[in-house]
Amino acid sequence: MRKINTPLERIGNLKIGDRVLLNGVIYTARDQAHKRLFEAIKKGKKPPIGLKDQIIYYCGPTKTPKGKIIGSCGPTTSSRMDEFTPLLLKAGLKGMIGKGNRSKEVIKAIKKYKAIYFLTYAGCGALLSQYVKKAKPVTYKDLGPEAIYRLEVKDFPLIVGIDTKGRSIY
Amino acid sequence: MRVISSNKIRDIVSNLCIQANLVLRKDVLRQLKAAYAKEKNKMAKDILTAVIKNAFIAKKQKLAICQDTGLVCVFVELGQNVGINGDLKEAINQGVELGYRKYSLRNSIVDDPLLRTGSRYHIAIIHIDMVKGNKLKLTVLPKGFGCENKTQLKMFKPTAAASEIKKFIIETVRAAGADACPPYIIGVGIGGTAHYACLLAKKALLRKLSVNRSTLYAKLESDLLKAINNLNIGPMGLGGKTTCLAVNILTHPTHIAGLPVAVNISCHALRSASATL
Repeated sequence: MRKINTPLERIGNLKIGDRVLLNGVIYTARDQAHKRLFEAIKKGKKPPIGLKDQIIYYCGPTKTPKGKIIGSCGPTTSSRMDEFTPLLLKAGLKGMIGKGNRSKEVIKAIKKYKAIYFLTYAGCGALLSQYVKKAKPVTYKDLGPEAIYRLEVKDFPLIVGIDTKGRSIY
Repeated sequence: MRVISSNKIRDIVSNLCIQANLVLRKDVLRQLKAAYAKEKNKMAKDILTAVIKNAFIAKKQKLAICQDTGLVCVFVELGQNVGINGDLKEAINQGVELGYRKYSLRNSIVDDPLLRTGSRYHIAIIHIDMVKGNKLKLTVLPKGFGCENKTQLKMFKPTAAASEIKKFIIETVRAAGADACPPYIIGVGIGGTAHYACLLAKKALLRKLSVNRSTLYAKLESDLLKAINNLNIGPMGLGGKTTCLAVNILTHPTHIAGLPVAVNISCHALRSASATL
């Protein structure tokens, strides 16, 4: 299976349905963190994490059990982030990981900015925690499980859901 | 009068929360394995393998099956000859908090639905039914919101045909599509009032994933299961025959002027646990 690294480069030849293993750094962000990132960018402020060529994972992990790197950490429904995504892509975001379909606007923006949307095993948070090697909250810590976490992942399993040409698996 | 202490109730609820979140229901696991055996689509088979593996890892490593450890619904069947020494609802909420803290389960609750701020650890939705006898039954259902968001209620005309109801249920699943973590378990409530049909749909998820005792509704369930599995949504919405593991219907007498139907979808990680004292 093909392996890819962050920051994302040479993803133009990935096609919908392709299975890949991701290595490197990803950032979690879900509803409230998206709202804040979106508002920061809209006001012309610099977002608290650099978005250029980065990947956002739609995930709010459980608290970390004692002795573990991270708790259960599967994907949440991507479509709730749709209204915020085009602006984040414009700001340099390159990839997203989640579950489920995206809006027409998001697909258009993915094509425009040559970004990519991945799916990962939905409802499999315990399994996916095994591929996380480091985890720490980096910003918006007041949001608890919705804080932005920096995760280092090894061979994190992904399926290409929307490719850089704007083709969708759904 | 039999007296049960609220401390005991707190401890039982705590254990039920842990069990529900860490150990997948046996009947759900069985259906997943049966679906895997029947499924022909390669991607669907791979995803089902991951789902089954996830359940094993969760149990073995004492991790939550899913990071969305839900909004906890607690169903209480309280025998009328039982007295509680202490505060029942407080004991339940304390039990939820205890269990959730002990196993680092996610606190997904905001205090105010509009402000989205303030978070006590866990505030359960508690339903209490008085029943005959001197027993107390507690059932915990942590409900994830990816699937809860796809709930639908429709008030049909009393003259509506069964085919219209079927269509509504199937369309509800089609609209959920890939979003709510298929393969699904579909809870349906038919009859009662609007709010009661919703409660029945939720309670239907607690029924074992096996055949309904009523022939009429057993047929409706199996027809719906077949039709839903022909939607080709499949695991994660990527195609295949496994869109739904079971359809469970509960019914109640209703008014001559109406026919409420509620659909409550569960993701494949349908979690619940019960204990009787």
